[in-house]
Amino acid sequence: MSKLPSMQVALDGAMPDMGLAEVARRRLVVRDSARRSIGRRRTAGRAMQVICLLAVPIALAPLVALAIATVSKGAGALSIGFLAHAPTPEGVPGGGISTAIVGSGEIIAYAIALAVPLGLFIALFLFERPGPIASAIRFSADVMSGVPSIIIGIFAYAVYVERFHHFSDVAAGFALGVLMLPIMVRANEEAMRTVSVDLWEAGISLGARRSRVARSVVLRGALPGVVTGNLLALARGVGETAPLLFTVASPTFAMTLLIFNDATQPYPDAQQTAWGTALVLLALVLILSVIARTVAWTLNRKTR
Amino acid sequence: MKQNDAATDTGANHETDQQTLFGDRSGQLAKESRVPAGKPDAGAHGTAVTLDDVSISFGDHVAVRNVTLQLPAREVTALVGPSGCGKTSVLRAINRLHDHTGGVVRGTIRLGSLDVYGTDVQPEVLRSRIGMVFQKPNPFPTMSIFDNVISGLRFNGVRNKRLLREMGIAALHNAALWDIVKDRLHQPALRLSGGQQQRLCIARALAIEPEVLLMDEPCSALDPVATAKIEDLIRHLSGEVTIALVTHNMFQAARVSDNVAVFLLGEDRVGELVEVGPTDRVFDTPSDARTKAYVTGHVG
Repeated sequence: MSKLPSMQVALDGAMPDMGLAEVARRRLVVRDSARRSIGRRRTAGRAMQVICLLAVPIALAPLVALAIATVSKGAGALSIGFLAHAPTPEGVPGGGISTAIVGSGEIIAYAIALAVPLGLFIALFLFERPGPIASAIRFSADVMSGVPSIIIGIFAYAVYVERFHHFSDVAAGFALGVLMLPIMVRANEEAMRTVSVDLWEAGISLGARRSRVARSVVLRGALPGVVTGNLLALARGVGETAPLLFTVASPTFAMTLLIFNDATQPYPDAQQTAWGTALVLLALVLILSVIARTVAWTLNRKTR
Repeated sequence: MKQNDAATDTGANHETDQQTLFGDRSGQLAKESRVPAGKPDAGAHGTAVTLDDVSISFGDHVAVRNVTLQLPAREVTALVGPSGCGKTSVLRAINRLHDHTGGVVRGTIRLGSLDVYGTDVQPEVLRSRIGMVFQKPNPFPTMSIFDNVISGLRFNGVRNKRLLREMGIAALHNAALWDIVKDRLHQPALRLSGGQQQRLCIARALAIEPEVLLMDEPCSALDPVATAKIEDLIRHLSGEVTIALVTHNMFQAARVSDNVAVFLLGEDRVGELVEVGPTDRVFDTPSDARTKAYVTGHVG
């Protein structure tokens, strides 16, 4: 084993000769600077840490306050009957919110049926076929997710309710689906982007068709993110009221509308019902979020 | 076998500067004194880094144990051995990178006479004396070429513009990169080729004028030409800075190192140091049977 012929990469002569004394001087300058500034750097680091720590309670406070208020005011209304019985007219005791729960369930089911598959396919298109069309779709999705939900409600009213001449859960599901779609598209695409190009190329190089790689490599790899993103978009949609104002036949057919309706009435009974419904809705959103986290965690764990 | 005249030549000139280079410090480091140069295996300039009975573990898993090793000052020491035998763990222990990854380091590591894991040592200050180059080139993607080079100086609080400029240019010269990048210092670092990016990372490490340079398989992602350039660079730098080089490549170790430390996996899958010595001696007449098998290519 002998030394390779030297490549002579202009190591010699190119640099003005600095001399060892100069190297030593500069070394001392850096060491001095490192030592002298360490106090300042540490203080700055600590200060940032404190700010971050202070931000935690500031971020948590509204959530905690909201949970406490809703639970304390809504827990009194809760009972099996509250969940199982239909609403009663004003002044008649013993009413529940069963119609609102069922109605909300149906609306969400329609919204899922519309938005989840569409969101997946649109995201796949954005991922697989980059270009001006994809850019246009991505841009409109971004704009769409910023459109006020009341406008989406009017839109659903115009294209569905007016045309078919009746309010319905389908119309409300359509409105919620339109609301959730852009959020889902962007979440799905982001999830797909986390799958590395190397894996995509590995699949292609094995002779797989693009569609097969999209299914077995891209979608499979993106699955945790896709599931999380869709469930979070769903949790967002569940809480929407405005798109339902123009599409649902009666406030008793959707939880958010029931809350809006009953909370603005002067009767204590109605207000109690509103708080109880709010608690049920909050629990539902919490459950959706927990499921989203659990699914993502389980799917991620499987690969390790 | 290995031509080392240049390093020895400059080394002789360095002798008188030893005090300024390694001994003359103020503040926290003032308590350091010259390492007594009495050890038979200490290099011509004394010992820069001393590892005494060092073991490193991650949770229940012991990665490497009972490593006692000296890195002679201003020489190149290659750490060789098969994958998973703890070479990189040892390297990362020297600048306390394990502080952040949950690795536990037992035993003593000294930089000069400073106990690296001493309670009064500030890791940031320690690391400003030790440079590191990683396996894959990792220039900061959001910084320009020149900003990458002087980033270490900035991190260490150097603000003098003239000094930043001078030291950055000197580091680029030292890394044999100046002629290539002098006209595009303010372009993004990622526009450089892989080999150039790695030399940029070496320049970045050199800019803080480190006493020790840790290199973790710096050529493993590079082609032979880029590798040869880095090897030239290592030889060129060895007279100025103490280099610890982890490598899988026996030929590379033979080409560029003054000393070799051979690591192997023990029977219980724990890495250990089986032989240390001058490169010529270890490769020509290994004293350990396992080393002989490994360096001649019969195992590993």
